[in-house]
Amino acid sequence: MTEKPKVGVYVCHCGINISSTVDVDAVAEFAQKLPDVKVARTYSYMCSDPGQVLIKKDIEEEGLNRIVVASCSPRMHEPTFRKAIAEAGVNPYFLEMANIREQCSWVHEEIEEGTAKAKKLVSASIAKVRLLEALETKEVEAEPAALVIGAGIAGIQAALDIADAGFQVYLVEKTPSVGGRMAQLDKTFPTLDCSACILTPKMVDAANHPNIELLSYSEVEEVNGFIGNFDVRVRKKARYVDFDKCTGCGDCASECRVKDRIPSEFDQGMGKRSAIYLPFPQAVPAKYTIDAGHCLYLTRGKCGKTPKCQEVCGAGAINFEQEDEFVEFKVGAVIVATGFDPFDASRKPEYGYDDYPNVITGMEMERLVSASGPTGGKIKIFNGEEEIEPKEVALIKCVGSRDSSVGNEYCSRVCCMYVAKQAHLIRDKLPDANIRIYYMDVRAFGKGFEEFYDRVRRENVRYIRGNPSEIFKRGNKLVVKAEDTLNSRPLEDEVDLVVLGVGLEPRADMRGVMDLLRLSQSPDRFFLEAHPKLRPVDTATDGVFLAGCAQGPKDIPDTVAQAKAAAASAMIPLARGKVTINAQVAVVNEATCRGCAYCVNICPYTAIEMVTVNRFGNEVEVARVNEALCKGCGSCSAACLSDSIQPKSFRDSQILPQIAALGVMR
Amino acid sequence: MSANYEPNIVAFLCNWCSYAGADLAGTSRVNYPSNIQIIRVMCSGRVNPLYVMNALQQGADGVLVSGCHPGDCHYMEGNYYARRRLGMLKDLMEFVGVDPRRFHMSWVSASEGHKWKEVVEKTVEDAREAGPFEGFRRRQIDW
Repeated sequence: MTEKPKVGVYVCHCGINISSTVDVDAVAEFAQKLPDVKVARTYSYMCSDPGQVLIKKDIEEEGLNRIVVASCSPRMHEPTFRKAIAEAGVNPYFLEMANIREQCSWVHEEIEEGTAKAKKLVSASIAKVRLLEALETKEVEAEPAALVIGAGIAGIQAALDIADAGFQVYLVEKTPSVGGRMAQLDKTFPTLDCSACILTPKMVDAANHPNIELLSYSEVEEVNGFIGNFDVRVRKKARYVDFDKCTGCGDCASECRVKDRIPSEFDQGMGKRSAIYLPFPQAVPAKYTIDAGHCLYLTRGKCGKTPKCQEVCGAGAINFEQEDEFVEFKVGAVIVATGFDPFDASRKPEYGYDDYPNVITGMEMERLVSASGPTGGKIKIFNGEEEIEPKEVALIKCVGSRDSSVGNEYCSRVCCMYVAKQAHLIRDKLPDANIRIYYMDVRAFGKGFEEFYDRVRRENVRYIRGNPSEIFKRGNKLVVKAEDTLNSRPLEDEVDLVVLGVGLEPRADMRGVMDLLRLSQSPDRFFLEAHPKLRPVDTATDGVFLAGCAQGPKDIPDTVAQAKAAAASAMIPLARGKVTINAQVAVVNEATCRGCAYCVNICPYTAIEMVTVNRFGNEVEVARVNEALCKGCGSCSAACLSDSIQPKSFRDSQILPQIAALGVMR
Repeated sequence: MSANYEPNIVAFLCNWCSYAGADLAGTSRVNYPSNIQIIRVMCSGRVNPLYVMNALQQGADGVLVSGCHPGDCHYMEGNYYARRRLGMLKDLMEFVGVDPRRFHMSWVSASEGHKWKEVVEKTVEDAREAGPFEGFRRRQIDW
């Protein structure tokens, strides 16, 4: 060590967040007496500008070269204080934070125990900071391209913004068409503009943009690397249709031998499609895809003498020999816009979704009222004898939301409004119907929402406060059993059609993306953002951002806003062209390394290689770390037999003094 | 054993899951015993088994190591290494006569503030039952 450590200790009151459970003055007084401590002070808000100035001034006047800040979690303000001390000329890695808020004052009640613990945490930080080393931040180039996973409205918007700014975008969509859930919707609340009219132009833009490479019917298989330099591998699933030859004429679908026998995913199973299909008429790209799970030829090896689609395709585009292809490329940032799953109404068996065909979900209602839907926009139901227009309609809110019995405590944020919108659409088509909405609360919080809710109520739609307990059948009517809690009256309403206002859930297949990008989930199981308020689109993995319902339920305006935010954040490294890489990497002491290569096998990033060096006249093999690949996890170090490989800032010689400081009961 | 004996616990938490989970416990104002002091490491795989022994030697009565759930490691497989190494250490501790209740391993994710409280309570309770640790000659090392 070149210079003697001169430690400055700064204890934060954090208003009363810390000082109410920790005697901060006593902590500072205690710290003052510890070895190498030159200054110990307290201040109301260390992170504020005057707080930072206090540190800088002391560095200048007292010649401090190590700083301990006892305040909140380093996950919160470590970057803030690193920057502050660097501005005063001290290496930013000569900082240690003692977490006396999240892990002390907020979780303990008595001031004695809070103060005693804070003292120990501060002494551990002082023990460590004295032995830290100066590190240099390095920069590497960032690839000016982005990967967007999921091409619903969130993914499309993010891709368009990044592409418009002049960067290359790879937009990967799992299904044959872009558009996502929004494409299935009929009208959007509260303005009632038609979903397709505002979405389809964007779908076409995304497909035709010179800077966007659209990879539909594809899945991301592998993402390696780090911010600025992700290596991506995408599987383009076989469509069994030559993408370039297909003209989208649709002759194949109308001739398919299983025509109108396969439930259409787009129509929520209410419409039927062929084995070779376009998900919906406005699909982008307008190229047909063979569903390998249903195609007779692909499942049984035989479809008549020759498959009909092959016979009729004038372009000769059908190719049963096609195989999955792989594409590899490099990007600087990743946006996750994988969306949601509607709540599975079967999980509320009391509502009889599985038992009664006239109990449908909100998503099914969207298709039923849509002019492009299976009924051409007519609300018709089969009552057991004939097709009728329902006269009595019930809509039920909060199905699968705000309901801990199905594990979803959260509010899905869209159901109040889409149920109101559907009531309006039903009123439009069935002017004489009786429409009832069963609800717990009405949350009309967005721009224009309250006004819309008012309008719907004036359209002779009855709002009944009380969630139904059961739906059962009486004759050919459905009975909704509920309690009107405003009138304290039990109800048994006979209706023809029940619409379940199902909530939004995290996607069942999110695990794949989680593992690819090392993402975490919040308690509601949606993807976890880096900070709920200040970093709402970032994730714990640098260079990976969240947009849309993948992060939590939201409506279309919020989704688009978040997509634009994610695009702007993702463009920071792309526009800068450079990213700083982690300085806290492992380093090998080549004088003591015995060359066993245990660390080489352990490293998950293949960042360690064996090299031959000359040690006192002998050629010996030692390990060497590639700093660009090392992430600083330290797994290698715990395995090293001679303690030769050590992660900087987390060396044995820096952690053991912390243990010593905490071990003693003072 | 004195009646008001309070065990001293040192905990090693990985930065990405358990440390964030402990932070969440704080943000959610979940109350738990103050006997536990946390040392942040980047990954539970960083925890050299000797740290556990070292902590016991230097005055801790119990040690906790907590990381991401298996399969969720921020560094892909660090917690698997931790599980192997520390699992072996636990067997060894029993073999050399250290009460295995003094050492706990747990998986706490960034969203499990309440689970963190349960883990702390269990660790403290077990260390309290095991009593003050007198198995090693306590030795304070001056760094």
